Amino acid sequence: MEIPYTDKPRPDTGLYNAKLGIWLFLASEIMLFGGLFSAYILLRVNAAEGVWPAVKLAWPHGLLNIPIGTFNTAVLITSSVTVVLAWASLKMNNFARFRMFMVITVFCALSFLGIKSYEYNEKFTHYELRLNDGKAYTGHLIVNGEHPGFWDFSKVYNLEQLKAKTNVTSIKFTADPEKAEGHGHGEAGAHEHKELDLKTDQIAHLDAFLPRNHTFFAIYFTITALHGLHVLGGALVLAYFAFPGAKLWKTHPEQFTNRIEVGGLFWHFVDLVWIFLFPVVYLL
Amino acid sequence: MSDNHSHGPTGGSATAGHDDHDHHDIASHIKTYIGVFIALLVGTVITVSMYYVHFDSMALTIAIALFIASIKSFLVAAYFMHLISEKKAIYGILIISAIFFVALGGLTLWGMHDWPTGAEGKAMYVP
Repeated sequence: MEIPYTDKPRPDTGLYNAKLGIWLFLASEIMLFGGLFSAYILLRVNAAEGVWPAVKLAWPHGLLNIPIGTFNTAVLITSSVTVVLAWASLKMNNFARFRMFMVITVFCALSFLGIKSYEYNEKFTHYELRLNDGKAYTGHLIVNGEHPGFWDFSKVYNLEQLKAKTNVTSIKFTADPEKAEGHGHGEAGAHEHKELDLKTDQIAHLDAFLPRNHTFFAIYFTITALHGLHVLGGALVLAYFAFPGAKLWKTHPEQFTNRIEVGGLFWHFVDLVWIFLFPVVYLL
Repeated sequence: MSDNHSHGPTGGSATAGHDDHDHHDIASHIKTYIGVFIALLVGTVITVSMYYVHFDSMALTIAIALFIASIKSFLVAAYFMHLISEKKAIYGILIISAIFFVALGGLTLWGMHDWPTGAEGKAMYVP
């Protein structure tokens, strides 16, 4: 059976069916991400006053790497323009240029994911430390002379796991410079990194920057990982269209061009989510 | 956009094949895409530089960041996603989504003013 209205508009909607379909899907995606953004705002607004980690339940500011986040934003914007240029190339019957733009798009998508993985790894090896005397730090854990958990998730420890999985009774901790009060301006270089030598029984709380450790990380990883899955899914579909799926161009060029438009619409949506996600999560 | 014919390439429905959109037409769209791309990059630079400018009011900081993000998302939706010249059915879907989106946010805000109280309530909600 022929799929109806793949290249001709359906008379009542004026659209080919896939276009109506992708917009209905995007409407549901708006609600999915909308719910998570609402959750973010709820957690952010209700966080305790003060500076984290000194105040345990305060909202952490300035933890994410802004230059990397900015670069990743530019990568995603670039991929968004290349996918629309790929579609325009098909409209101009230039298949070679279409493929070039698709390859750039997929390359940008994979770069985005690679950079995001690097950022995640930075978080998985960054720790919050609270001592029994009430002092609190963020920084890097050194167990037996090495940073545990570097690209090895099984060695990301909280205090209980550290005691259970290693038989160390003392650790080193490279504490980050203390943050100044105020919004987003904690990177003043006045304070130095501090080396702490600690016995494990001096520690009240130790955990990496993981979802279980703080509501900020919980919502940060949930939203960005869901967004990352969208990037991965989009990259797979666009890579399919660029290579094996491109056979359709020879037999049904109109239908193929429409497929690229629909794939592109999804891709622009993923870019659109990031346009809000980046300032909200990194900067506010 | 300069063109005002009813079903340009941005209309997206490749009705009667490529013939009714000449290449010159698409070429002018490509210029728009490049223009939007540059605007998006500039918008990103402005957003990030605002982070390093200190505003006393947190509300102002948030408003500026979201305002720039809104302009950027408008550019993506209007030009890359061709919403500037789209069919009614799609506008209909998006209007309904917008209503539900606002309702969802509204419910969240409403919920914030109605936390459970008392000892049990406190246990449920750790800020």
